[in-house]
Amino acid sequence: MSSHTNDGHTNDYVPHAPGYVDNEGPKVVTSRFTYEDSFTLERSLATGGYDGLKAALAKSPAEVAQEVKDAVVLGRGGAGFPAGVKWGFMPQIWPRYLVVNGDESEPGTYKDRLLMERDPHQLIEGCMIACYALGLNQCFLYVRGEMPLAHERIATALNEAYAAGYVGKNVMDTDVSIDIVLHWGAGAYIVGEETALIESLEGNRGQPRLKPPYFPAAKGLYYQPTIVNNVETLANLPWLMVNGAEAYKTMGSEASPGTRMLAVSGHVKRPGVYEVEQGVVTFRELFYDDNYCGGIRDDNDLKMFIPGGGSAPWFFEDQLDIPMEGRTVGAAGSMLGSGALVVMDETTDAVKAALRVVRFFARESCGKCTPCREGTSWEEKVLQRILDGHGRPEDIDLLLEIGTNISPGTYPVASFGDAGLDAVPFPPKQTTICPLGPSSVAPITSAIRRFRDEFEAKIDASADGGVAAVDAESEPVVAAAGGH
Amino acid sequence: MTATENAPATTGVPFTLNGVELEAKQGENLLDACDRLGVHIPRFCYHPRMTPVGMCRMCLVEIDTGRGPALQPGCMMTVSPNMVVNTESEATVKAQDGVLELLLINHPLDCPVCDKGGECPLQDNAFAYGPGESRFVEEKRHYEKPIPISDLVFLDRERCILCDRCTRFADEVAGDPLIHFVDRGAQTQVNTFPDHPFSSYFSGNTVQICPVGALTAKPYRFKARPWDLTGVESTAAVDATGARVAIQSSQNRLVRVLGVDSDAVNWGWLSDKERFIHEATDAEDRLTDPLTRDDAGEFVVRRWTDATKIAAEALQGPAERIGVIGGARLPLEAQFLWARLTDELGITSRDAQLGDGLDPAILSGAPRATIDRACTPGGTVVLLGADPKEELPSLFLRLRHAVAEDGVKLIELTPRASSLSSYAKARLYAAPGAAAEVAAAISTDASASVGGVDAQELAKAAELLGADGPVTVLVGRANLAETADLTAAALVALHDVAPDLAVLSGLRRGNIHGAIEMGLVPGSAEGGDGAAGKSTEAMLAAAAAGEIDTLVLLGADPMADVPNRELVESAFAAVATVVSIDTFNTASTARADIVLPAAAWGEVDGTFCNLEGRLSPLSAKVTSPGQARADWIIAAELALATGHDLGVGSLGEVRSAMVETVPSLAGVDFDGLVSDADGPVIGGDRAWSLSAPSVSVPPVDGYGLRLLVDRTLWDEGTMVHHAPSLAHLATTATVSVAPAVLDRLGVQPGDQVTLNHENGSVDLAVAADGRLPDGVARIPFRAAGFDAGTLIGEGPVVDVRLDRASS
Ligand SMILES: Cc1cc2nc3c(=O)[nH]c(=O)nc-3n(C[C@H](O)[C@H](O)[C@H](O)COP(=O)(O)O)c2cc1C
Ligand code: SF4
Ligand code: SF4
Ligand code: FES
Repeated sequence: MSSHTNDGHTNDYVPHAPGYVDNEGPKVVTSRFTYEDSFTLERSLATGGYDGLKAALAKSPAEVAQEVKDAVVLGRGGAGFPAGVKWGFMPQIWPRYLVVNGDESEPGTYKDRLLMERDPHQLIEGCMIACYALGLNQCFLYVRGEMPLAHERIATALNEAYAAGYVGKNVMDTDVSIDIVLHWGAGAYIVGEETALIESLEGNRGQPRLKPPYFPAAKGLYYQPTIVNNVETLANLPWLMVNGAEAYKTMGSEASPGTRMLAVSGHVKRPGVYEVEQGVVTFRELFYDDNYCGGIRDDNDLKMFIPGGGSAPWFFEDQLDIPMEGRTVGAAGSMLGSGALVVMDETTDAVKAALRVVRFFARESCGKCTPCREGTSWEEKVLQRILDGHGRPEDIDLLLEIGTNISPGTYPVASFGDAGLDAVPFPPKQTTICPLGPSSVAPITSAIRRFRDEFEAKIDASADGGVAAVDAESEPVVAAAGGH
Repeated sequence: MTATENAPATTGVPFTLNGVELEAKQGENLLDACDRLGVHIPRFCYHPRMTPVGMCRMCLVEIDTGRGPALQPGCMMTVSPNMVVNTESEATVKAQDGVLELLLINHPLDCPVCDKGGECPLQDNAFAYGPGESRFVEEKRHYEKPIPISDLVFLDRERCILCDRCTRFADEVAGDPLIHFVDRGAQTQVNTFPDHPFSSYFSGNTVQICPVGALTAKPYRFKARPWDLTGVESTAAVDATGARVAIQSSQNRLVRVLGVDSDAVNWGWLSDKERFIHEATDAEDRLTDPLTRDDAGEFVVRRWTDATKIAAEALQGPAERIGVIGGARLPLEAQFLWARLTDELGITSRDAQLGDGLDPAILSGAPRATIDRACTPGGTVVLLGADPKEELPSLFLRLRHAVAEDGVKLIELTPRASSLSSYAKARLYAAPGAAAEVAAAISTDASASVGGVDAQELAKAAELLGADGPVTVLVGRANLAETADLTAAALVALHDVAPDLAVLSGLRRGNIHGAIEMGLVPGSAEGGDGAAGKSTEAMLAAAAAGEIDTLVLLGADPMADVPNRELVESAFAAVATVVSIDTFNTASTARADIVLPAAAWGEVDGTFCNLEGRLSPLSAKVTSPGQARADWIIAAELALATGHDLGVGSLGEVRSAMVETVPSLAGVDFDGLVSDADGPVIGGDRAWSLSAPSVSVPPVDGYGLRLLVDRTLWDEGTMVHHAPSLAHLATTATVSVAPAVLDRLGVQPGDQVTLNHENGSVDLAVAADGRLPDGVARIPFRAAGFDAGTLIGEGPVVDVRLDRASS
């Protein structure tokens, strides 16, 4: 591992928050991460900062957009949709906006935070390139409310960039003028969903809009055409502008060129964010190679892992050799999503793990639509009851049934060779407005399908088969009196 | 949303519904199309008069638009060509089952004690589409049982299914976003902001559209079960909009009024006044018996035959010494008979207005507009009168929709910012006395401010009036302390700029347009000398001068409603006999010599004529208390007693006579009105024939502030006063001024100030009103605690001065 020094600067900066691990391999978006002053304009300019913007401004907007399309820059926010194609959906209507999704809150994900904290100029430069390519003058940068350091560093960087003429009126002495407004979120996971983010940005309650009719590209912020892109997606653009689409495509796989930032947490020896070539490195390499996580903690056995954030169905041993890219992971029954991997070893209680994830979605449900609002909290209550020793045999099928009322049909799931079960590919169907509700079904179907015996064991061990809990609920007075 | 008459001919959209090939209209919502085609898709959040939100998911149906069948919310779908919809497929049925089970898991199921039980969409859908049983054994969500969210509405959050209908209504339709969702996930709840109750004039609509019993209205809570109710369609008569309603009773008491969707008028919405005023019908102190004075001057109860005889004597005096005031409360049939009776008696002084309206020539001398015309997308509306939200609230909702959603352009020519001012494209806030002058100054080349209105606004108004699209002027009485002639003059000036304008009457009082149509206006008596007929104010002046012996009050309370209080006082003091026909004891009946009790709204059948001239039914649902009887019977009996048989023994006969003798009613099918949600408009085309009355307004005198006296929805009006749930809402009298005036006076809102006027002074609490221009002081009419009528005299305007109260 290489480690840059601070070039003799006396440094009174707030130090970087931890989380990045400097592995071997091509660096597209993390190249400055190891500098202590990586977030300053000075460091940025000393290491090629804003060269991408300069290169972009030398071309026509259409050429820049074409370059992005040619490079197949897949969205890094979760859905993996090619940015260049999405940009093409914008109707010829002005005003139009670019909104940067920095609300990163998917359980396990913390790569955008590092990008915003450690290299805000790279993000600003990416925004400027996108705005130029899209022919728009107004960009909103929505940063998650719980990320004060990111907010502070972006704010400082924006001031520097404005002062230096990289943002604002007549960018780099051209006739291009673009403003970037920094907006601080108020603490809701759902606001990461692009239409909810737009609502929040407008000052409304953060709840998704219905697609159709509100596809942001056509009707987004203030019902004008709007592109919403993830922080990492945009952070790729400066490198791409300097080095070109051909160079970009030498990294990663054909379907998924370039790198991904993968945030690994859980029972590995060295958790952290790694920049990894997409579709080349496998899960096994990521978890076990010394260049990455270096193995499972205490050299325990792997029990299961979440390949793409809390919303993703779980993977197991069988899936370890899949090369990490959206296409392959989706076909195998899950998603690479936001690039958050949560590794759980043999000591993990599958029921508890499922509850942990389900509880997150129940708490974060925005409450707009019935199946998610009511269903996620019901799921949570049943799981909690099983763990509290009041499970009933019918609860297992009940959990699956509630799931089908949130996500109809067979839920995506990984294949299970031993049991002869085939993978059901991503994505799930939904009775809900947005994918949050169905996300709560992922841990339940994954856990029950693979570890039904653990549920059954807990239920068998219940002293009362759930009866006491139910009775206590409906007749609290009688139950209390009966004790005496 | 308004149907345009010349909509381009469109072809249907072919689609398949449950295997049958059918046609939808262009752009038709799937739920609407299915309703029309007889296939019901269950729903909770969808409401045809509001933007669909797709939240409840009850309407999920399997739809194939070429990419394979998928569950989609029907309420969010526009039928597209060759769409395949299956409302009965396994997936659809499972989704319906699932959504209902989920909606019920936290629902308290307290149907036996819930007002909605028996008419509840949640019950109905659970029965028709839901699973038989719940599998939910966990603890349900708990909230404090109903909390008041306003003076009139209670919210039970346990019952709420979070469909967003009430909140959407408050925001989107009423423009009072005072209820919101708070918290999230399973804790999501409807609530108000702290210290901001849901005090909307339209709050009752949320109760009507709530698909469960979460919202209940104070006047109806625990009053009846739906299966005990019987109902009939009628028309709200408390103002002149004529909103269509259904009135329901139980055990011969009116217990509930619901809005009925009329495309042409109220779209199903009602103001709380229209909805809850029925309480007054049931009030304790209704007039129940004919009363006359004994020798000691005390009222004694009489039988109808005796009272009629005594009243008839009073009516048989010299016709020129008799005046008939009022009639706007009466159904059209009774108005017709009173016009006939006074014709027979030769009484030409009759006026349904109480000096607080407009010259009826404004309505007969200008092309008349319907509400739909005013709301035509692309048109322009001029507000020349009072704030419609205060006086004609259901009309306000239509106008609000027009200006907020349909691109209708609004010009305010009002004394202060109206409730629609945020949508106005030109704001002409003319100081009292200046409306005509301001209207005359509207010009694209306006270069100087006039009457307190900037040149820029005058030019904007000129531009809007000259643009394409119909121009409609809503004409009403903006200021009771200002002569109505100024309004007429302003209208004529507007006509100079926009010669194609049409007038939508803004007269507010009940069936006033029926009364005018039937001829209860001065000078219109048949065979009489037109010029001899006196207006209400002229009658009162004549009475005060000893020129009138008998005043007949037809459901009118001049003591409270005629702006000029001194005039009324001296008239009542001088006149020999006052005959009052009314439903309640009022300030005027208390001074009457003969009081005849009339049946109230909800007790008689009849006909209503709204401000467009649109006819709709008034229906009897309960019987009158005591000896009170229908106004048409009272008129017919008085005719007989005065020796003029009008030949009418039944309501049907009255209507036949009306169809025969009143040209504008020729061909009207009165019996068909109940089944016609829109109703025919009478009165036909009218040509422009107005000329400006000349008014000279004196310059603002040393008093410095011009007085604005206008009405608010909740006042001390007789009906509001007798409706227990509403009475306490009445505004209390304060004098409000622009914040800058407060600063100059060095007083705070709420402080007492002394208001000096020509005839004396009075101490009142002062309030700041940012909607008022500088130089204007406003006092609400008929407010509790102070009668603004005491300030109003003969002059064209009233000037006052404010001082800090001495104590
Ligand atoms: C429940 C939910 C949460 C999401 N959270 C995030 C998030 O935190 N950050 C993000 O970039 N995208 C998030 N997304 C995806 C966004 O809706 C959107 O697809 C993305 O920002 C588009 O950017 P990209 O095309 O650059 O990936 C979320 C989506 C859903 C449904
Ligand atoms: S699925 Fe959940 S988060 Fe998404 S709109 Fe519905 S309630 Fe809100
Ligand atoms: S109170 Fe009634 S109308 Fe309002 S959201 Fe709840 S269920 Fe819907
Ligand atoms: S009626 Fe369509 S989602 Fe509620």
